[in-house]
Amino acid sequence: MSVVEREKLLEVKNLKKYFPAGKKGVLKAVDDVSFDIYKGETLGLVGESGCGKSTTGRTIIRLYDATEGEVVYEGVDVHDKKSRSELKKFNRKMQMIFQDPYASLNPRMTVKDIIAEGIDIHDLAKTKKDRENRVYELLETVGLNREHANRYPHEFSGGQRQRIGIARALAVDPDFIIADEPISALDVSIQAQVVNLMMELQKERGLTYLFIAHDLSMVKHISDRVGVMYLGNIVELTTSDELYEEPLHPYTQALLSAIPVPDPELERSRERIILEGDVPSPINPPSGCRFRTRCPHAMDVCAAVKPKWQEAREGHWVACHLYDEEAVKQQN
Amino acid sequence: MEKLLELDNLHVSFHTYGGEVKAVRGVSFTLDKGESLAIVGESGSGKSVTSKAVMRLLPNKIGSIKEGAIRFQGKDLAKATEREMEKIRGAEISMIFQDPMTSLNPTMTIGKQIMEGLRKHQNMSKSEAKERSINLLKLVGIPNPELRVDEYPHQFSGGMRQRVVIAIALACNPKVLIADEPTTALDVTIQAQILDLMRDLQDKTGTAIILITHDLGVVANLAQRVAVMYGGMVVETGTVDEIFYKPKHPYTWGLLASMPKINSESKELLAIPGTPPDLMNPPKGCPFAARCPYAMEVCVDHMPEATNVTSSHKAACWLLDERAPKVEPPEEALVGGAR
Ligand SMILES: Nc1ncnc2c1ncn2[C@@H]1O[C@H](COP(=O)(O)OP(=O)(O)OP(=O)(O)O)[C@@H](O)[C@H]1O
Ligand SMILES: Nc1ncnc2c1ncn2[C@@H]1O[C@H](COP(=O)(O)OP(=O)(O)OP(=O)(O)O)[C@@H](O)[C@H]1O
Ligand code: SF4
Ligand code: SF4
Ligand SMILES: [Mg+2]
Ligand SMILES: [Mg+2]
Repeated sequence: MSVVEREKLLEVKNLKKYFPAGKKGVLKAVDDVSFDIYKGETLGLVGESGCGKSTTGRTIIRLYDATEGEVVYEGVDVHDKKSRSELKKFNRKMQMIFQDPYASLNPRMTVKDIIAEGIDIHDLAKTKKDRENRVYELLETVGLNREHANRYPHEFSGGQRQRIGIARALAVDPDFIIADEPISALDVSIQAQVVNLMMELQKERGLTYLFIAHDLSMVKHISDRVGVMYLGNIVELTTSDELYEEPLHPYTQALLSAIPVPDPELERSRERIILEGDVPSPINPPSGCRFRTRCPHAMDVCAAVKPKWQEAREGHWVACHLYDEEAVKQQN
Repeated sequence: MEKLLELDNLHVSFHTYGGEVKAVRGVSFTLDKGESLAIVGESGSGKSVTSKAVMRLLPNKIGSIKEGAIRFQGKDLAKATEREMEKIRGAEISMIFQDPMTSLNPTMTIGKQIMEGLRKHQNMSKSEAKERSINLLKLVGIPNPELRVDEYPHQFSGGMRQRVVIAIALACNPKVLIADEPTTALDVTIQAQILDLMRDLQDKTGTAIILITHDLGVVANLAQRVAVMYGGMVVETGTVDEIFYKPKHPYTWGLLASMPKINSESKELLAIPGTPPDLMNPPKGCPFAARCPYAMEVCVDHMPEATNVTSSHKAACWLLDERAPKVEPPEEALVGGAR
């Protein structure tokens, strides 16, 4: 994709989502996050457990109300007050695929009714026959067949269930799909089936994806660009090739060096950055840069000042004082 | 030389409502002193059941060893009494389970839980056991062990809990440590800490490790030898280099090819079509035949025997028969040096 012709589909601006925690506490699950998603691209979102990936996705699609900030979809703020019919229109354009293919399908509904739910809500089928045909078509699109329509979710394997989840999302002909760890619960050999399917559908239908995962090699494989989250913040965002070849943020560097690669010789010779300690609590995050308690390069300024979100190189965004000349000067 | 642990044609079944689930169907492998062996394979292929059988922790009444031997230092554990097993479990062979939260008792202090085994197996006094507990916590990298030894599991993070579980498993200097997905529930940066710790401990204590995982990266990082399981059987074993660089079994090829390689350009992953066999009615022939792109007539009806590729490398596949056509692994399955 060339840089010139890219058109923004979604803009996330200073998004915050706080949850109440205990008596007076607040849990800052997503704290001032900004990024754009372009039409037809896959944006990957990675980071460790609890860093706010799912909350970001769920707030974008309005499963949660934003505490602050905007989500602008094709020029319109998603979180503004809207009429019922406007809401319905949004719901149709954005769909979500969930992590757990076991929990996310209603066990008492047939596959046909699960897939057709959106078709019914949005009146997309004129007759019963029409509805049925659409379901059959969708089943075939995701590599299942029409005989599966009258069965129940428990009769399917994990990979097949995830296909049903994808068919359900596709039923309303969306433009944008948020996939929250769609393959984490699946076997490696089955993961590849689902990822190939998602990439194929994207090509055919011009879909845009927000792909949330913690498996960095799979994210690199599927994404055009990747954002890295740590403790409620995005710390780095760039094309997936550049991120893996030249990570700038110390957290990204550590994360990439921590992934064991399936190549014994490489593993024997590799230098690892092993981070000390655990991720701090989002209820009481460190001052300044949130990564400073584990960062091997932390300086005094890191505790005092929150690093700016800046474009260190063209198309390569990072929030770290090491790339801020002002801050480094102050330090010396 | 006598092997530390030797599984010989192990069969394990579960007797369920719907019938007999033949979860493990003739598994054999060996483990030397101080060695690390990884068991990899599809979900449901029998990895956990195999290791539970070694510990004789199969669910009573439902699960049973049908056939085969589990020789530990020459003694067949498959025939051992529960009293004999109690002396071995936790002392000679110990196990780490996948979920660090459920394997710790939430109502007992960390120290008490580590001391339990020491008091039982090593007849230590309370104060000796406590001192050893603090040392173990230090060994697994818990800061301020003197204070933390009196805390409860919920006061520890996920990574720290897994360290505690490892400390408990190592308390009595076992000869074999079975680690069933020890890092799957953990984040990558914490996983790196734990893998580092396990390697370090193995150097220091000489404990042999059986590592069960589905993550081939973890295997490449920690294992010396690998056993690949599919449909209740070991389909290939070899040194870590043989399995990654010269794999012979089509399932191993599929496994290697379906993983994205971080340093590769190719845009399509080679998926293995279909799903694993039903172990209630396991196929008569090769367990992988229904999904194998190279399946021949003979594969469907006749079980392939494990064939020696080298003295350390075996695979159970009809392609290794001299009458079979010569087949090369797909490009996507080639890792690093083999490319
Ligand atoms: N509904 C909620 N109420 C209160 N706290 C929440 C809620 N949802 C998430 N959180 C908290 O917000 C933080 C971010 O959670 P989130 O689920 O977004 O993380 P994640 O990056 O998706 O993690 P994972 O990889 O484990 O799915 C966590 O500390 C979590 O406990
Ligand atoms: N208690 C049980 N009752 C009946 N069947 C069981 C029981 N425990 C395991 N099984 C069956 O035995 C087979 C092997 O299971 P096992 O847990 O060993 O798989 P695994 O290789 O460890 O898979 P995973 O990677 O998902 O952990 C499966 O088909 C499983 O359904
Ligand atoms: S701002 Fe400071 S602490 Fe944060 S990542 Fe950069 S160097 Fe490390
Ligand atoms: S024995 Fe036949 S079916 Fe089985 S893996 Fe070999 S070629 Fe494929
Ligand atoms: Mg999540
Ligand atoms: Mg298991």
